[in-house]
Amino acid sequence: MKDMHAVTPILSIIGLFLLWILSATLTADPTVLPQPWALIGPATREIGSGELPFHLGATLLRVIWAFALAMFIGIALGLAMGRSEALNRWLDPWLVIFLNLPALVLIVLCYLWIGLNETAAILAVTLNKIPNVATVIREGARALDPDLDAMARVYRMSWLARMRHVTLPQLAPFITAAARSGVAVIWKIVLVVEFLGRSNGVGFQIHLYFQLFDVAMVLVYALSFIAVMLAVEWLVLQPWERRIRRWRAA
Amino acid sequence: MIRADITAKFFGDQQVLGPVRFDIRPGETVALLGPSGIGKSTVLRILAGIDTRFEGTVTRPDNMAIVFQEPTLLPWRSALDNLLIVRPTLGAEAARAALARVGLAGRDDAFPGQLSLGQQRRLALARAFAGAPEFLVMDEPFVSLDPEMAEQMLTLTEALIAEAKPATLFVTHARAEADRLADRTLVLSGKPATLLDEDAEHDVL
Repeated sequence: MKDMHAVTPILSIIGLFLLWILSATLTADPTVLPQPWALIGPATREIGSGELPFHLGATLLRVIWAFALAMFIGIALGLAMGRSEALNRWLDPWLVIFLNLPALVLIVLCYLWIGLNETAAILAVTLNKIPNVATVIREGARALDPDLDAMARVYRMSWLARMRHVTLPQLAPFITAAARSGVAVIWKIVLVVEFLGRSNGVGFQIHLYFQLFDVAMVLVYALSFIAVMLAVEWLVLQPWERRIRRWRAA
Repeated sequence: MIRADITAKFFGDQQVLGPVRFDIRPGETVALLGPSGIGKSTVLRILAGIDTRFEGTVTRPDNMAIVFQEPTLLPWRSALDNLLIVRPTLGAEAARAALARVGLAGRDDAFPGQLSLGQQRRLALARAFAGAPEFLVMDEPFVSLDPEMAEQMLTLTEALIAEAKPATLFVTHARAEADRLADRTLVLSGKPATLLDEDAEHDVL
């Protein structure tokens, strides 16, 4: 039964590939939908020439910057709003406005106001993500244990120790939830930002091959970044989550 | 010297505490007695510095410790870290000795969830006494225990207080606990609550 659970995701992905092969066979036009194996050639050429690693790296760097900034500011904001009812009353309307502002509008405005540069690109992505992170963390901050707070206060724990050992561990499930959805959303927005106003990155390349009607290369770039994000999930997020959840399993 | 000089405490419009004035001398254990809901815990929270919205002044030392009704440990940190994080100056050796003193020798790496409830409470006691506090506040620490465990905890607490000699404020609604642990007993009564004077106390209880 347990083996079956491990195998299911693999079977499911194989199913997706079968669907792809079936569709490609039925379309019978490689310029519309090439077979999966028809991508191997272009992909190896693109990796060999250094093009794909270069653009992948540019996108990954933007994702890391935007993710780190959005998580840091979002956690600080959400924590402050969850702990102070007065601050929450003031900032909640802002949060609602920014949550409902389309990503595209923020991106265009950042480019118009700041210019077509790296700062505008990363800022646009960060601003898009902060409200989500803050909303999730605020829920966690409202559920913080007042007794542990009182304990930390009486024993005069330093601010740093309180954050690290008392507050953040309580917020951990909320932080992981925000990080999960954060990474997924951020890389999609980064692609749009690159599509609209950058001269490198996966989004820029997809724009290029979109203009050349090259479906195969669009798929090569999209799939390579999906592969990177899956690797991040398996190699970084999941091990980190297991580590901080150790005490629950024990 | 610990000095409480509370003139009033309100929750919204409702006044829960009237004038409450008392001193605790170094090494003295004072019990604060009174029925449930009278405002004992409020006095304790004001003295501990948890509740700062009151009228009056409190003088207390910096090195304080608290024991709650519940163990109130950090469940995501090991038993040893629970001492060391709260008492960073203690050092691993002294922390291990403090664990051994409450019968938790060798359980350094256990998370609180892996300890029995009795062991968690003893860990909370170890944490309280580990830094040789000048002032210890205890908020009904034995209230939810079965008689056997309450007796064990009471004996251990008695011994630890005798060793470390902190000034102690001990809040309880059980007269027997107060008589056993405390050098002096204060009684909270009335609405808004004030301290009964020591003579009147015997007539009421």
